[in-house]
Amino acid sequence: MPTIRSPHSPRVAAATVTVLAALAALGGCGSTQAGDPVTSAPAETVTSAPAVTTEAPTTATGSFRSVADIQAAGSIKIGVFSDKAPFGSVDANGDYTGYDIEYGNRIGQDLGVTVEYVPVEAASRVSFLETGKVDLILANFTVTAERAEKVDFLNPYMKVALGVASPEAAPITDIAQLAGKKVIVVKGTTAETYLAANYPDFDVTKYEQYTEATSALLDGRGDAWVTDNTEALAWTKANPGFTTGITSLGPADTIAGAVQKGNKDLLDWLNAELVTLGAENFFHQDFELTLEPVYGDVVDPDELVVEGGQV
Amino acid sequence: MPDLGLNVLFEGRNFVRLLGGLWTALWIALAAMAASVVLGLPMGVLMTSRHRLVKLALRGYLEAIRVLPQLVLLFVFYFDLTYVTGVNLSPELAAFIVFTLWGTAEMGDLVRGAITAIPLHQYQSGYALGLKPSQVQAFVVLPQSVRRLLPLAVNLVTRMVKTTSLIVLIGVTEVLKVGQQIIDRNRFQYPDAALWVYATIFLLYFLACFPISRLAQTLERRFAV
Repeated sequence: MPTIRSPHSPRVAAATVTVLAALAALGGCGSTQAGDPVTSAPAETVTSAPAVTTEAPTTATGSFRSVADIQAAGSIKIGVFSDKAPFGSVDANGDYTGYDIEYGNRIGQDLGVTVEYVPVEAASRVSFLETGKVDLILANFTVTAERAEKVDFLNPYMKVALGVASPEAAPITDIAQLAGKKVIVVKGTTAETYLAANYPDFDVTKYEQYTEATSALLDGRGDAWVTDNTEALAWTKANPGFTTGITSLGPADTIAGAVQKGNKDLLDWLNAELVTLGAENFFHQDFELTLEPVYGDVVDPDELVVEGGQV
Repeated sequence: MPDLGLNVLFEGRNFVRLLGGLWTALWIALAAMAASVVLGLPMGVLMTSRHRLVKLALRGYLEAIRVLPQLVLLFVFYFDLTYVTGVNLSPELAAFIVFTLWGTAEMGDLVRGAITAIPLHQYQSGYALGLKPSQVQAFVVLPQSVRRLLPLAVNLVTRMVKTTSLIVLIGVTEVLKVGQQIIDRNRFQYPDAALWVYATIFLLYFLACFPISRLAQTLERRFAV
């Protein structure tokens, strides 16, 4: 059988090659930014680096954009969450809203550019920055040493710690009250590790899911639920009869924006912006607008909000 | 509780947004399928070639695409391509390329199968009538192959449509992501909205895929040999 068909192969091969070449060309069209994002990051010790990127943005100094580049382009790309209310979410009209978005809008306004929001997933935030697909990440990004090796964090604009939710009838307002009580945590959370390290004697029940933990608290199978303070506040606000008696427990993590490693020009501009915003208490207003409706007035804004980039 | 999560669907532009997400998923799948047909036909013909090198190369391509999860391919074309070459594709284009590479491999194999299923006497009869080899291919082999091929190809379309749910991970807001945005947005007011939103998405996928799947059945019956 094959002997009959073989004569056509070369011609069809030529056709295939042509089509594949066309596809490759199509792929090539999509490339908008050249530059090498990996090898170009300046050493961390550089102190006078901005001149390199601002003077010659078109040379291969990296795929990140300086402030001047962004202003020349007329828009900044900010990676945000699109499904993590109240930090970043999309409303019924398809518009981005939230604590991170208010901050992003203000940055766009002060840079004099329009803001292009790019929806990111928690796991791909670092990759979006490293590949220059966004200029800045404002996606409830917790500062960790591991992440700081790959991206440059700005000064923080928020801090989070643990919180303790309990029934209003028997509120837990001090961690010492939990001794001998049934404590609920969700597996794999900061709360679990914190309690195991600091209060190994507590009677802790661990659940796989948030919903299991909350129904256990509702059922009275536990006396208190230890979780992120933002989560505790939002849940107790939505569930009458429960209160977040402790709003700040354990070591506080900070939340900050991040730019691509080495983009010192944009980093410096944004940190200066944080100082300006601090002077007008911008994040307290942001808190009132976006977080208070969800967290209620149980929490003192100062326990969550960081002004001027200084904790 | 009188508040039905169902209301969430009709709040603001939510339903239109879901349809928009479905459209995003559909056009990427359909465009990739169109490209896969164009590229898969020659690939399938080539796979029946006698040249060992050609066969080996195409077989290698097919197996490589088959063993790699589509998600890995998406990350390779969206992130790794930029890391290595600096080329920055839009997520939609990256998705289109990945689905085309995958579709071409699958389509090529389907074409190969359809061609090898044509009995030898069909070729011989063609030659006996005085047709040139290219004419035998064009007028005898390909028309019969296409008949066997169509239902299988249509099936591939529905698989592609369903696999588009992965592209959210490179930042394309398709129907599933819109659904998650709506669910999260109403997490505090309507905790049971998830059920309604996912049910709606189920229905939308069904409405998109069912006609395609019916088409495959109809074609299969009409072309039954």
